[in-house]
Amino acid sequence: MIQHPGILALLLASGLVTLLVVAAAGLGWQILRHWDQRSGTESQLALERRTYLVSALLSLALGVQVLSLFLFIFTADGLHSQFVGAMCAAGSLAAAPYGYTTLLLKVGTCLLAGAWIVLHRADIRAYDCPLIRPKFALLLGLAPLVLAETYFQTRYLTGLRADVMTSCCGSLFGQGREGIAAELAGLPPALMHPLFWGSLLAFALAGTWFLRSRRGALAFSLLGLAFFVIALVALVSVFGLYIYELPTHHCPFCLLHREHGFVGYPLYATLLGGALTALGVGVLAPFRSRTSLASVLPAMQVRLAWTALACAAVFTLIVGIWALVSPLRL
Amino acid sequence: MRPSLQRHRSVLDFALSSLLRRKGRNLALTAVYTLVVFVLASLVFFVQALKHEAGELLEHAPDMVVQRMVAGRHDPMPASQVEAIREIRGVEEAEARLWGYYYDPVYGGNLTVMASPDPTLLPGSARIGRGVARNMRVAEGDMVPLRGYDGLPLLFTIQQVLAEDSELVASDLVLLSPADVRTLFHLPEGLATDLAIKAGNPRELTTIATKIVEKFPDARPILKSEMLRTYEAAFDWRGGLMVVVLASAILSFIIFAWDKATGLSAEERKEIGILKSIGWESGDVLLLKFWEGAVVSLAAFLGGVLLAYGHVFFFSATLFEHALKGWSVLFPRFRLIPALDAYQITVLFFLTVLPYTAATLVPCWRAAMADPDSAMRS
Repeated sequence: MIQHPGILALLLASGLVTLLVVAAAGLGWQILRHWDQRSGTESQLALERRTYLVSALLSLALGVQVLSLFLFIFTADGLHSQFVGAMCAAGSLAAAPYGYTTLLLKVGTCLLAGAWIVLHRADIRAYDCPLIRPKFALLLGLAPLVLAETYFQTRYLTGLRADVMTSCCGSLFGQGREGIAAELAGLPPALMHPLFWGSLLAFALAGTWFLRSRRGALAFSLLGLAFFVIALVALVSVFGLYIYELPTHHCPFCLLHREHGFVGYPLYATLLGGALTALGVGVLAPFRSRTSLASVLPAMQVRLAWTALACAAVFTLIVGIWALVSPLRL
Repeated sequence: MRPSLQRHRSVLDFALSSLLRRKGRNLALTAVYTLVVFVLASLVFFVQALKHEAGELLEHAPDMVVQRMVAGRHDPMPASQVEAIREIRGVEEAEARLWGYYYDPVYGGNLTVMASPDPTLLPGSARIGRGVARNMRVAEGDMVPLRGYDGLPLLFTIQQVLAEDSELVASDLVLLSPADVRTLFHLPEGLATDLAIKAGNPRELTTIATKIVEKFPDARPILKSEMLRTYEAAFDWRGGLMVVVLASAILSFIIFAWDKATGLSAEERKEIGILKSIGWESGDVLLLKFWEGAVVSLAAFLGGVLLAYGHVFFFSATLFEHALKGWSVLFPRFRLIPALDAYQITVLFFLTVLPYTAATLVPCWRAAMADPDSAMRS
């Protein structure tokens, strides 16, 4: 293991998040088993009080999770100079097993924890806590994911050995290589342009339809998630090339460097924020029929939908302007 | 203003006044918190600044240094090897260097003596670094004696004391003419200490290194990137080690914070009871506790970071200097160039604010859940 302050901070954070989420899941399990809204017993009151603790624990865990996602990428990026052949985070993540597994799990837990917070915020607005069971069922699903992430991150960080021959982003995301990452990066602009703009149009139309009629929330959410996944692939395969001004450089991490104006931060923040809010609209959709939520949910969904659309717009604006002003023509 | 924002503002207002009501206790907490942030921040900033400095210095280092190894130890290189290496395709410049270490028995320091290719440095004269000048208490125009290999003293006139901005690399440096270095160390003509290589294309360096080793199996090529990597690893390791050592300090602080948050005074209990009885919900009390924690954390974090900035960049990190830099009689005096970014601040945040928040969460919740009647009665 490399004794790096960033690595120590990441290990500390994942340990704390695990502790918070496991504690929350334990409380959640008790709530799931013994919750009875109509009961006025001492134990029911105690359970109701515990819901506050669970929400505080998870809000903190989610905040830390989002921050640690960026800290993880940045630490991997900063460590690249210690591995022969690595030029950015792509090389550092490949320098030990489970680097990419950890990254994917981090994104996954961020999205799920976000969905939980959305459910929770809707739940506390209603007088009878109608979402208590789905909320805590989701929490029980989230806990193993967080545990897995902590396990893989610890394996990855403790497995890092300085001076290991690793591949740089050129060979991981380069064209003509094998593997899913390279396949996605090698997708041609002729395919990605229509796919990206088509999915953006579909997402915008679904958004307009939803905002006008308050219907089609699930379709809006699915189209939104599809758009943000396609946008990520398009960023690596096409839009990144305009930013790097190189027709062969497909790296998702070099975007975070100073020489590209740190453009990766707003891009990834809008992708993550957009996916989170689009997911939130869909997560709330099945519960609109509950009477106590009827007055709360539509307004929440509209706000989430607006945020998702705004994220998509900002992302498109940034990559669009870059593609226009870039001297590279594909 | 939007109602939700207004709510936060009012709660924050209340949190500030409630913190001020218990000035002594909160000031003690903030002071200890600030101290923890200060120590950690000084460490992180100092390591970062040293890494930055090392990177800047190595910018001007040769792309590759080739040494000759005999019985696992560094040995002078014959000129024939130097010529053969110069002819390898891709080598733009190859400079045979002459240098060595000299222990000064009078002042007790180790000097680095190096031959300067500059023809204006005449035999019998020397250019010395600031550290040497300070240690020997000499100035330009003075004479310094150095003991040759045979014990006889050689006298050198100081032509120049090297500029202050080169102190980090040149503090212990003595530059002599090549002939003087050979006389001082008894190095025969036709031998060089090592070889500094510049490649036209840095990407060819590994190929050049492979060719050198193929041709001369006793040669050891050291790449600039390897040196950089070693420096980075060494500084990271020292910084990480100090963080591990300081973990006990962080832990005791967490216990202190936990204790402070758990031990609510009777007055505070009463206050929460009254708030709840006049209509505050548990969520509001939690929000109040959150804002109290945020104010303390923010004040301590900002204070600690600012103090650490001053400590590292204005006072050259007096407290950790020796642990992190190493020490020597002729140690360079230098002021570090501020080099920090959002990453360092985030790492610090993770190492200090996060454990504090996690430790105070459960006690805050307990406080917020108290029953109004029992709280007021207690």
